[in-house]
Amino acid sequence: MIRQSWWKLLSFVLLVYTCTYGFFVPVPSPPGVPLKETIRNLFFHVPMWIAMMVCFAVSVVYAIKYLRKQDEVNNIYSTEFARTGTFLGILGLITGMIWANYQWGKPWSGDAKQNGTAIALLIYFAYFVLKGSLQDEEKQARIGAVYNIFAFFMLFPTLWILPRLTESLHPGGMGSEGNPGLNPKDTTTSMRTVMYPAFIGWTLLSVWITTLRVRVQIIHQKQFANE
Amino acid sequence: MNKFQRILSLLLLMVVSAAVHAQTTVNAENADVMRSNGKIYVVVAVVLTVLLGLFFYVFNLDRKISKLEKK
Repeated sequence: MIRQSWWKLLSFVLLVYTCTYGFFVPVPSPPGVPLKETIRNLFFHVPMWIAMMVCFAVSVVYAIKYLRKQDEVNNIYSTEFARTGTFLGILGLITGMIWANYQWGKPWSGDAKQNGTAIALLIYFAYFVLKGSLQDEEKQARIGAVYNIFAFFMLFPTLWILPRLTESLHPGGMGSEGNPGLNPKDTTTSMRTVMYPAFIGWTLLSVWITTLRVRVQIIHQKQFANE
Repeated sequence: MNKFQRILSLLLLMVVSAAVHAQTTVNAENADVMRSNGKIYVVVAVVLTVLLGLFFYVFNLDRKISKLEKK
């Protein structure tokens, strides 16, 4: 039997709900807003970023924990959450490019938000390059944890500050309402009944997948110690 | 197992409500759940299949890792 947790079931239920009602919930189509039905991507594209931010935040917490206690398990948690976060970021970028292709005419418009997230992801790629380039495991863990803190704080300008300062195709840029994720004018209350479950559901699924990787790494660790 | 049963019954109720919702939108031309509403139900079926497959996969992985942990 699997390790039973209520949140695994919750993730399943919420995502089944998202993937059914997400297609039926009435969406607004105000004049002048060309989003039409594509606004439903709010239930699939935006949660990737939410889940990514959660993963990176958890990752940096475990990085700090590692630096305080030097416990290898914390290092495993930190690395695997960063890995899932980066993966979700790539998914978010690809789904965003598909959406942008039909909404803004081309997959990459050099939008402040697009460039910012690309930079943020490159910083996280460098995290894995850095870890991979170090042979000594303790050094790898310690330098990785320090770099992880730097990478996380680079998310603040790239994802949350810079896109707000310039004009952006995304909502929440200079002179437009909302935050870089969504525009309150395009979202109705009924859409929110799907949006928040979608955020929670996708985040929980990514946490579930991460814990699987963590558990495999811990088993590896134990085997390595026994040899 | 109790928890699983509770969740399953909840899911069943959700599906039932979806069917009721569908019946109100059926017209004479498309008197069939899957073909009503601009055939969006077909997309839902595809997405649900992918999602169920994904969860089945993750669930199995979890079970296998749990077995490894017991060793």
